[in-house]
Amino acid sequence: MLIYIIKRLLLLPFLLLIFSVIAFLLIQAPPGDFLTSYIAELAASGSSMERAQIDALRALYGLDQPMYLQYFKWMGRILTGDLGVSLDWQRPISELIGERMGLTLALGLGTFVFTWLIAIPIGIFSATRKYSFFDYFFTVFNYFGVATPTFMTALVLMWIAFKYYGVSVTGLFSAEYIDAPWSWDRVVDLLQHLWLPVVILGLDGTARLARVMRANLLDELKKPYMEMARAKGLSEWRLVMKYPVRLALNPLVSTIGWYLPLIFSGSVIVATVMNLPTIGPMLLRALISQDMFLAGTIILFYMMLAVVGTLISDILLAWLDPRIRLDEE
Amino acid sequence: MTSQTTLSSEARENVKDEAFDVAPNWKLVWWRFKKHRLALVSAFVLFGIILIALFPDFFSIQDPNKSSARESFMPPQGISFFHDGSFQVHVKPLKGKRNPTTLKMEWGVDKKRILPLRFFTSGYEYEVFGLFKTDLHLFGIEKPSARNSFHLLGTDRLGRDQWSRLMHGTRVSLSIGLVAVGLSIFLGILLGGISGYYGGWPDLVIQRLIEILQSLPPIPIWMALTAALPRDWTVEQTYFAITLILSLLGWTTLGREVRGRFLSLREEDFVMAAKLSGCSQSRIIFRHMLPTFTSHIIATSTLAIPVMIINETFLSFLGLGLRPPAISWGVLLQEAQNLQSIALAPWLLLPGLAVIFTVLALNILGDGLRDAADPYS
Repeated sequence: MLIYIIKRLLLLPFLLLIFSVIAFLLIQAPPGDFLTSYIAELAASGSSMERAQIDALRALYGLDQPMYLQYFKWMGRILTGDLGVSLDWQRPISELIGERMGLTLALGLGTFVFTWLIAIPIGIFSATRKYSFFDYFFTVFNYFGVATPTFMTALVLMWIAFKYYGVSVTGLFSAEYIDAPWSWDRVVDLLQHLWLPVVILGLDGTARLARVMRANLLDELKKPYMEMARAKGLSEWRLVMKYPVRLALNPLVSTIGWYLPLIFSGSVIVATVMNLPTIGPMLLRALISQDMFLAGTIILFYMMLAVVGTLISDILLAWLDPRIRLDEE
Repeated sequence: MTSQTTLSSEARENVKDEAFDVAPNWKLVWWRFKKHRLALVSAFVLFGIILIALFPDFFSIQDPNKSSARESFMPPQGISFFHDGSFQVHVKPLKGKRNPTTLKMEWGVDKKRILPLRFFTSGYEYEVFGLFKTDLHLFGIEKPSARNSFHLLGTDRLGRDQWSRLMHGTRVSLSIGLVAVGLSIFLGILLGGISGYYGGWPDLVIQRLIEILQSLPPIPIWMALTAALPRDWTVEQTYFAITLILSLLGWTTLGREVRGRFLSLREEDFVMAAKLSGCSQSRIIFRHMLPTFTSHIIATSTLAIPVMIINETFLSFLGLGLRPPAISWGVLLQEAQNLQSIALAPWLLLPGLAVIFTVLALNILGDGLRDAADPYS
């Protein structure tokens, strides 16, 4: 088991190296360098930058040097913990991301827990009562869940809340708590706002996971050991929960690898629509204003989340299913 | 008598079995697909949507780009079927009044008049595929004017007719899905095929490439790539760039599947036989191996189209994908981006229903095809 984990961990720096190159190429993708467009923007708005300041920025990012040197410079700074300064916000990038990291993680993990708590019971229920009214109901629900873009759900719910209850459900805090220091009341306020985006983001995933769970469980329910256990006189409920559900969960664990990153990257849109103070809307703004180093850092952050998600699912799966870890060793 | 009927039914059974035995693969798939009622219905719905995508102008009421400041934010007009107790398909005209305190236009139904709805009527002139000009439309009212206007799904901020814009958006959104999936199929079969057929180091390289692409978070990557597109590009250029960007990450699932199929088929007897009888490599691949799993490719691609449509909608909705004057469902929904506009004009959310129904139909059709793809199972 330990060898397996170490093997997976050794792969990590290699993956991050590739991802950092991809993120860097994305930064470089817009035509012209970002400093030129920034200066043009400043000039358009009537203000200007001092020559010395421009030269200092040019030297800092190595803009006059070839591409690979720029990459090493960027990587070198990131590895020493210096993420640079956002031109758009005029603040250190580490500070900007740090502020929003906690809420981003809370939203993502909250969604994750919500989907699993809802999807697994639905999956079990639909599989054990195959072709019942509830099974059909959830099948229809799942089809709609997959077909509805998350931002549509968000917009419709926002409209209903506004039209019928007169409340505006944007943001994650009430007005009086936005800049307040952390306190118990602020946490309660956060939870009162967080559940709606969690439900919206979770619907899509719930539909998918419930389908996977139902299919897995249906495969297990056909197997002979079920007859055997029934013949032994085990009650149906205990029987289902004890054997087939545990087996059916294994493939579900392997979905964490792609599902966790999907939640985080999918939250970008819902967060933008609902105006949540997470990293997503910041990425959109950075991309539109060509604040490319901020955008690159955020993309790198999302990539890291994806890697961590895969890692967690691999380790969990190896822990749950001995066939996998024995195979690898 | 009874023995005769059993005999004939038995004989019929035999004929059926015989038909089953000699039926080509596509026939078996079709027989199985027909049993899936919902998928069949979806196929019909999609046929209608494709018709709209081909002839958006025919289904429109008014030029999608025609704006009119006096007609902004008009609510949808319902169609009524009876007037004064007799059957007459008509709409009720709207009467606008400016609220003296808020200065907002308030639309009310003008109960005195009706506007009869005409089918196959003439309206604005348009060109069909650049071949000929016509002014034939599926429906509309006679002599639309500022006083007698007909907007089935209401109008947007600039007073443009939302129904007509929806029809035109269908063409762009649906075709982006189709073109992006087409590119993904090409890349998937090419790279997956190389990987599975040849094995060795090309397989290793392509497999690692697929793994890396699959572990990338798609939405941020798409956002970054589309944001990098030059702003001064024409609508067509952006359109093709976006399909390319979408398929760049989208081919991997298909690539994996194709590789798996090739790997397992490589060892089959019929491939060996083809090799021994001196078939060329391309003949083995395209004549013997590919046809055995085309139905799977079609099913997988059908399920990939809705994903592409939703992604395009996402990107355009965020303002990173297609930009006006292009019209797609995502561009239309951009009008409903914040609470202020949907509180003022909730009907701006209606294009979302088009997205949901199209994606729903494609998903059900794809599921039906997938179940039917393996007729021998």
